[in-house]
Amino acid sequence: MTMPLHTEARAAGYNFAFLDEQTKRALRRALLKAVAIPGYQVPFASREMPMPFGWGTGGIQVTASLIGPDDVLKVIDQGSDDTTNAVSIRKFFRRMTGVRTTERTEEATIVQTRHRVPERALSDDQILVYQVPIPEPLRYLEPRETETRKLHALSEYGLMHVKLYEDIARHGHIATTYAYPVMVGDRYVMDPSPIPKFDNPKMHRMRSLQLFGAGREQRVYAVPPFTSVRSLDFEDHPFAVQTWDQTCALCGAGDSFLDEIVTDDRGGRMFVCSDSDYCSRRRGDGETDPARGAAAE
Amino acid sequence: MTDPTFPTMIDLAGVSKAFTLHAQGGVRLPVLDRVDFAVRAGECVALVGPSGAGKSTLMRLVYGNYRCTTGSIGIRHDDEVIDLAAASPRTILAIRRRTLGYVSQFLRVVPRVPTLEVVAEPLRMLGVDKAEAVDRARILLARLRVPERMWSLPPATFSGGEQQRVNVARGFAADYPILLLDEPTASLDAANRDTVVALINEARERGAAIVGIFHDAAVREAVATRTFDIEGVRAAA
Amino acid sequence: MNDTPLLQVEGLSKRFGRIAACDDIGFDLHDGEVLGIVGESGSGKTTLLRCLSALIAPDRGTVRYRMRDGSRRDVFALSEPERRLLMRTDWGFVHQNPRDGLRAHVSAGANVAERLMAVGARHYGEIRERATDWLARVEVDTARIDDAPRTFSGGMQQRVQIARNLVTHPRLVFMDEPTGGLDVSVQARLLDLLRGLTADLGLSAVIVTHDLAVARLLSHRLMVMRGGQVVEAGLTDQVLDDPQHPYTQLLVNSVLQP
Repeated sequence: MTMPLHTEARAAGYNFAFLDEQTKRALRRALLKAVAIPGYQVPFASREMPMPFGWGTGGIQVTASLIGPDDVLKVIDQGSDDTTNAVSIRKFFRRMTGVRTTERTEEATIVQTRHRVPERALSDDQILVYQVPIPEPLRYLEPRETETRKLHALSEYGLMHVKLYEDIARHGHIATTYAYPVMVGDRYVMDPSPIPKFDNPKMHRMRSLQLFGAGREQRVYAVPPFTSVRSLDFEDHPFAVQTWDQTCALCGAGDSFLDEIVTDDRGGRMFVCSDSDYCSRRRGDGETDPARGAAAE
Repeated sequence: MTDPTFPTMIDLAGVSKAFTLHAQGGVRLPVLDRVDFAVRAGECVALVGPSGAGKSTLMRLVYGNYRCTTGSIGIRHDDEVIDLAAASPRTILAIRRRTLGYVSQFLRVVPRVPTLEVVAEPLRMLGVDKAEAVDRARILLARLRVPERMWSLPPATFSGGEQQRVNVARGFAADYPILLLDEPTASLDAANRDTVVALINEARERGAAIVGIFHDAAVREAVATRTFDIEGVRAAA
Repeated sequence: MNDTPLLQVEGLSKRFGRIAACDDIGFDLHDGEVLGIVGESGSGKTTLLRCLSALIAPDRGTVRYRMRDGSRRDVFALSEPERRLLMRTDWGFVHQNPRDGLRAHVSAGANVAERLMAVGARHYGEIRERATDWLARVEVDTARIDDAPRTFSGGMQQRVQIARNLVTHPRLVFMDEPTGGLDVSVQARLLDLLRGLTADLGLSAVIVTHDLAVARLLSHRLMVMRGGQVVEAGLTDQVLDDPQHPYTQLLVNSVLQP
């Protein structure tokens, strides 16, 4: 077994990046349309992929249509490079393309993500691909596709605020913490995929191209670089991101999205960065655990 | 006090009324035949004639509740004479709101509306402010001896006499230029009958043109400036 | 009072296959006027209401509406965004079944507030205050503002639906059997409420009903429909007390004294 994996795949008759070239072209055409109309959901002919819907097939197809031999791919799931979904998708692309993969955000040319935007700011030569389960932000209140399309077409977005109103009425504040609806380019309301609302501000005027793929729902949409992305809110209940009393227990970061980790069965827990690359790099860069640092003194 | 210089408020010319009952094979029931009838401001005309002769029918024609078969029904409204027989529903409603008051024999009540509001409503429809309209309603209800504890209740459960007094109060709330009274004293005791007589005379003295049906001869005597015998215009059946 | 009709209907016809549901119907509706449309099931009254309110397009005829800026527009010549804006601001539609006019899964308050947010209200406190105010006006206990309408009685649901329609101060409201599925005592309360609201707000309304008592109580004018045609029209009490057309006489004589 000296042959690289992707050569093996080619030998077995698979095209580069799994999808055939016609399918990739069709998808790229849909993506170009999506870029031209920021936030607008473009239908595409989603293919059967060698993993079930719900495992990121939309994002995988978008990535497959873009990736070339010189690309460097990073895949994250909930911010981490090491979770099942990230590992299997990374492995899939290594076998199907032979491209280099990385965990370092700044090295990647394409970052495919589920549920997070990396903490480190992306640059204009990078593309961020989101995996999307339900692309239609109005679906919760309006089950008819014909009607939601009309609402988008006519920019009738009052319904979106009905949901936020319900939040405040029920909880005293807007309790939606992920998949928090945004207005893209002052025109289309868009579901940013189930990222925490903590990441919403990062989408605003981001330097890199953001692409969204929903495999089961057969939709792609996009936010081109430097496009405004505004989180919906009320004048007297303005949008605000999550904050924590703690800093990261591992790297001490106070500016990142923290996951709560249960450490034992006696109620012990700690908060650590959800972005594993960000956290480990900070530790490598000399930042220390504040608790341990205090103990050393 | 029929002053010939006072304007004619009601002017019926050649009015006939017949009912066609389609359920009975289209049988035609003529009631009134070519009525000419005029009433000036400041007059109170009592309609007389045997029951069933068409007194109520004539009143309803003047109110626009029935449509006449032939003829014209001129009503002076805001200084112009309008033919009710040819007027649009919207015009008839405007005339009723400002010009034509009608006290029927029975109060048609809206469920749940308190007595005070029932009485004040005609004034409210004229745009009179609520406090003023309610004040006027209080005065009238007090004069007609409707006990104050009943004012906040809907009149639906009141006795016949009580309902009739509420009805009279409602009819006299706004100072209509024309008043149509269908048996306004029918189920009232002597004291209230006198109050109604006083109200009618006050209205006539301020210049209202009044047409009424009064079965009680004493009441008729006390309020009518003349009578109009329906027998003369009764259609031959 | 404006002398130009608010709604002007001419030659309105709608067929379903060989059946003429509405045949050459025309009328004017002025500010503050309430028009009742009565007739038995299948007489075409609901089809007429759906044409008037632009829910379906007629085969022939025009429906002209005087917009808030005074211009008169054929509602079928409006662009879709214009028509939809009209429907959620200047018009209301009260369905017989409140389920058709309410969102079952959002609270009563949000149901009432939706039209406000649809026209751009973005201050939660003010939106909630207006929703509370309207629930009180239609006599719904404001303590229940955050409950879903499906937990309400039929009469309460209907009142929430009315509040939902009136919150943007429409000038014209269409109602399809608004007291249809309710108990008699609940009906009376709702009728009284509707009567008060139409008078206080100077609303124009077109109310379809098969109940002559409802028509007498709410409407100034009446149109009697049969087989897609208007057989008699006029002042409500005139039509009910002195019906001319055989069918109207039959209708009036078929019910207990309305």
